[in-house]
Amino acid sequence: MNTEILGIIVIFFGTLALAYPLGKYIAKVFAGEKTFLDPVFNPMEKFFFRLSGIDAANEMNWKQSMVALLVINAVWFLLGMLVLMCQGWLPLNPDGNPSMTADCAFNTTVSFVSNTNLQHYSGETMMSYMGQLTLQLFQFISAGTGIAACAIVFNALKNRTTDKLGNFYNYFLKSCTRILLPLAIIVAAILIFRGSPQTFNGKDTMISLQGDTMHVSTGPAAGMIAIKQLGTNGGGYFGANSAVPFENPDYLTNAVEDCSIFLIATAMVFALGFYLKRKKLAWMIFGVMTVSSLILLAPTVYYEMKGNPAIEKMGISQPFGNMEGKEMRFGPAASALWEITTTNTSNGSVNSMHDSSMPISGMCAMLGMMINSIYGGVGVGFLNFYIFIIIAVFISGLMVGRTPEFLGKKIEAREMKIAMIIFLIHPFLILTGTAISTYLYAEYPHYLAGWLNNPGYHGFSEMLYEFTSSSANNGSGFEGLGDTPSVFWNVSCGIVMLLSRFLPIIGPVAIAGLLANKKFIPESSGTLKTDTGTFGVMVFAVIVVLVGLSFFTALAMGPLAEHFTLFAH
Amino acid sequence: MYRRNALRLYKQKRKQMKTNLLPAIKLTLICMVFFMGIYTLLIYGIAQFAPNNGKGFIIESKGKKYYENIAQKFTDDKYFWSRPSAVDYNAASSGASNKGPSNPDYLQTVQDRIDTFIVHNPTVKKAEIPSDIVTASGSGEDPNISVQAAKIQVSRIAKIRNLSETTLLSLIEQNTEKPLFGLFGPEKINVLKLNLALDNLK
Repeated sequence: MNTEILGIIVIFFGTLALAYPLGKYIAKVFAGEKTFLDPVFNPMEKFFFRLSGIDAANEMNWKQSMVALLVINAVWFLLGMLVLMCQGWLPLNPDGNPSMTADCAFNTTVSFVSNTNLQHYSGETMMSYMGQLTLQLFQFISAGTGIAACAIVFNALKNRTTDKLGNFYNYFLKSCTRILLPLAIIVAAILIFRGSPQTFNGKDTMISLQGDTMHVSTGPAAGMIAIKQLGTNGGGYFGANSAVPFENPDYLTNAVEDCSIFLIATAMVFALGFYLKRKKLAWMIFGVMTVSSLILLAPTVYYEMKGNPAIEKMGISQPFGNMEGKEMRFGPAASALWEITTTNTSNGSVNSMHDSSMPISGMCAMLGMMINSIYGGVGVGFLNFYIFIIIAVFISGLMVGRTPEFLGKKIEAREMKIAMIIFLIHPFLILTGTAISTYLYAEYPHYLAGWLNNPGYHGFSEMLYEFTSSSANNGSGFEGLGDTPSVFWNVSCGIVMLLSRFLPIIGPVAIAGLLANKKFIPESSGTLKTDTGTFGVMVFAVIVVLVGLSFFTALAMGPLAEHFTLFAH
Repeated sequence: MYRRNALRLYKQKRKQMKTNLLPAIKLTLICMVFFMGIYTLLIYGIAQFAPNNGKGFIIESKGKKYYENIAQKFTDDKYFWSRPSAVDYNAASSGASNKGPSNPDYLQTVQDRIDTFIVHNPTVKKAEIPSDIVTASGSGEDPNISVQAAKIQVSRIAKIRNLSETTLLSLIEQNTEKPLFGLFGPEKINVLKLNLALDNLK
């Protein structure tokens, strides 16, 4: 078999296999059971909690958890603004990079606090080492926030009636120290031994073989790359992200980094099964996610390996398919796999440039972000999927004439209203954002000429992609979009990222909290079973119908139109 | 009445601040020390055991140092060329063209590159040119080209350097990097290593 196809099969299914034991471990961490890392982390966490005056045994209800979550996120926001706007004269700035403007600092801070990592800056020239390390901090703690919110929901799904759902700080810190940290150390070590730098020496200057003077950016990159992949953050150290040889030196590191993208997110599904002792439910969710993932992956791999018909017409050969924006050491198949995994989860790191991939690949990438729960971001991916489950339970309940129930709790008007609002926020933010920017561009074509790097349908796709990526807290981009110096893109995307980060966390936690407070109804013959293949098909259908109805027209105007034009002759 | 309410509200707010804001600030400071400082130094410590102390892989040749993984600009006809770079091989500012597959400007650029290539390599037929040598990479620093992209440059280099084509083809053979474990990913060639080997032939 072709070595490229074989490579991606091993990466994809290898990760799913690794996710199973990791899920078991995560469930133990959430339940506070003994794990082999206890001797290291027990005293450490105790010390941290004592220093910060937190009683980790103090259980909170869902509202208290959310207040704690929002307050600490507000503290991070202020910290981020402060560092980025002052980094020019703060220490650890060997390359002499300047402080950020207010709008760019706002966008960057929101972007990293919200786990999005949309980058309207270039790492090498606009970020000091201090700035990079602060972003690395956010990559840990924003991922920890998502996992903690998910842990609260897991806790609420237990068979009992309560309003006590564990301690937010406890879940948060343990997610950072016991889940993210050990994995990050392993991944960073692999990267370093394959050629990624971790140094504080600043830019290097040398003479090339041909005699040109070259400046080479380095820095403390390996540590940040590891956590950006694992925490579904995606914000790279260097401008071109994991396409840069220092950030992703060879096929092995590419496999490790791609695995890290969806490893924890997949493990969270298994963790749910172990934690609630409902393994069949976990398999149902896992099945829907994996099938959806393969459906998006197949056409992307096909079109990237097939190549560009417009180039074919020039008479050259395309043995490696569409190579524009891709790296030779990965090839089109591994680039396509990365494109899909990074957009299915809310990661958003790239090893090839999505703007230059084929229109259908770009559409599959956008669809992944529009669904935003095929594995999804760490923690928040499951929260989004939970909304789809609630809607599917409600619809199937109506269809068969049974009271909608999920895990022994009645779903009533209040929960349904929250679920619908949370679902609708996503298309609302994406489509209004795209509509406004398209209007502005059409109205002031001379003034805003720098916005788009590509004409026609593809230009529209660039704007649609940017808002989709912001709203999905993804952070990848059709990077041709002229967003780096633009106040409009900084502010509008910043607002979208803020809303689409915190509302979809609060919503599912609220639903779970309300349900946890209700009376537990034991399963009977009248109960709609949610851990069966049939229900899995139902959830899948709900996702297809809702996402299809919301986004088909927009996709038809962008990538689909481009595809049919390109392949017309 | 109003004052008493206000006072109660103030006390409640203060209590909420106390229960959340101070712990949040303290926990953030601890996370800063740990995830910015200790974690970074730990990885830095691991790097000291890695080749070249975690400063990126280096090749030394004739007393000069080069980064193995960073593409260099090769425009001279006597060297194998790298893939095109949208940022002119600037390793301090990586980037790609970000041109869409249907963009007429982009297609014109590729056409121009093909024409230039043919001018410098008149013996090569169009159909032999693989797309990687005329399309820009993702980082602008791609150190590799495909084996085919090296082979079609052989006749040009053989002529300039007065070498036999067989010598060059076997040099390419020696410098071909097989897929990972012989199983996964594409075959490729590191242009810098190939050119260094070429300079060392004499």
